[in-house]
Amino acid sequence: MSPKKLSSHLKDYLKRPRTALDKFKLLGIPYLLFLLILVAIPMFLIFLYAITIPNKDDAIFLTLTNFVNFFKEEGFIKVLWDSVRISIITTIVTLLVSYPLAYIICEYKLKFQALLILVISIPMWINMLLRTIAWKQILSTSGPLNTVLGWLGIAPINFLGTDFAVVLGMVYIFLPFMVIPIYNTLSKIDDKLIEASLDLGASKSRTFFKVTLPLSMPGIMSGVTMVLLPSATTLVVPRFLGEGRYFLIGNLIEQKFLKSGLWNYGAAISIILMIVLMIILFVTKKVDKYHFDEED
Amino acid sequence: MKKRKFNFANFYVILVLIFCYAPIISLMIFSFNSDRSLTNFESFSFEWYQKLFDDSQVIQAILNTVFVAVVTTIISTIIGTIAAIAISRMRKVLRDGLLALNNIPMVNPEIVTAVALLLLFLSLGIGQGYITMILAHITFTIPYVIITIYPKLRSLDDNIVEASLDLGATPMATIWKVIIPQIKSVIIAAISICFTLSFDDFVISYFTAGTVNNISIYLYTLRRLEPTINALSTILITGVVLVLVINGIIKRKKRDFNDEEE
Repeated sequence: MSPKKLSSHLKDYLKRPRTALDKFKLLGIPYLLFLLILVAIPMFLIFLYAITIPNKDDAIFLTLTNFVNFFKEEGFIKVLWDSVRISIITTIVTLLVSYPLAYIICEYKLKFQALLILVISIPMWINMLLRTIAWKQILSTSGPLNTVLGWLGIAPINFLGTDFAVVLGMVYIFLPFMVIPIYNTLSKIDDKLIEASLDLGASKSRTFFKVTLPLSMPGIMSGVTMVLLPSATTLVVPRFLGEGRYFLIGNLIEQKFLKSGLWNYGAAISIILMIVLMIILFVTKKVDKYHFDEED
Repeated sequence: MKKRKFNFANFYVILVLIFCYAPIISLMIFSFNSDRSLTNFESFSFEWYQKLFDDSQVIQAILNTVFVAVVTTIISTIIGTIAAIAISRMRKVLRDGLLALNNIPMVNPEIVTAVALLLLFLSLGIGQGYITMILAHITFTIPYVIITIYPKLRSLDDNIVEASLDLGATPMATIWKVIIPQIKSVIIAAISICFTLSFDDFVISYFTAGTVNNISIYLYTLRRLEPTINALSTILITGVVLVLVINGIIKRKKRDFNDEEE
């Protein structure tokens, strides 16, 4: 075989249609259809319902009334504000509890670290409603907490229906979502960096604020997102710990859809919710960036 | 980080652990209380368990939950695994696009996914029940299957797949005999994630299940919380802990086995 022929063979070989490998791509088609029908179209439907009003002739009327109504009703702005307020307080408290915890866990031996993280994540596997109901029982006027307070001579306090109870319940439910990402970034920080900072004369607190904290920022950010979004939209915690006094945006959407059957209105509220959450996430990211710039 | 001894730190960890487990333990203890009180432990009894099993609504809810979780897990794992294999073979543009679409149900607040699916079923005129609930569960679990399996697929050696194809194996045989065995561990992880997500789901089921109850919907719509709930919790928690412990033992045995082999 001449070298020329060989090289052309080689070229042919390299250019051969790799139909077999390409066939794998075709396997994606069912999933693509699935995504289209059950993810993309439904999202589009929310927008469609939000900007239309139902009428008898099945004609579609474009309108912004659904949005205008939301902002007209005083009660709804309060619902939105309550949701944002409660979720931000929850996120801050969860962060303040989780960061020291994750930091301390990193100081233990490796095997013990893994055990502690496992122990902290086990409750995540237990039905969230049951865990919330457990707190309802503990905080109720005839519950264990008030009994202990009674021994101390304190009159029974009705915790249920207060910010305290709602935030406590949310912190309890979302704690692992904050601890785990922070632990993951903290445990990957190279000890040498901290040693270097200390050797170069930085105090312990300066080392923490200038080295450890900035390096753990990605973990904090992912923890914040994982707590902020669900806590703003949860139905369960306000239902059980709010004593009917807490009506958050999730509950409002539930009411519009499942109780009053006002789908268009409910869709508009869902969109407002998405926009508010996006703004909050955008602001948090900005704050994060600012933080880094400052450190540089 | 260096190991140091500080007592305040230990104290803080213990405090958080008490916070995490006190509610769970109190639920379990009072499930055996003969009285309905949550503070006075009268005497040990199985009264609430008896009442729980006599309540046909609870039993139906548990059966529904298990049924939906099993069907969802089977379908999601199959579609998800195949989709992940396909995605790993796609060109970058298409791949990134699909993965972005895949992320929507994970980054969206649950309630938005729930509303979106409800609107779809309403527009198509599909009556809500088991089928819509299972479709909804498949929708929100597949993304987790894909993000669990996909990174492992990317780390596999392409040459092995090519070798298999060049040696005359059909693509189907290659997937079955070459790719799947290499990603077995992540498929098992995906199965357990899928099952748990479906089993514990509330919001999405609540919006899409119509009159079908699962455990979460049952609890949410209860008018009065009876101590039977404590009995139900105890059973479910024991189940979770048992699975985790067995899982841990299997992992340890496997590791010991591998150590011996080496």
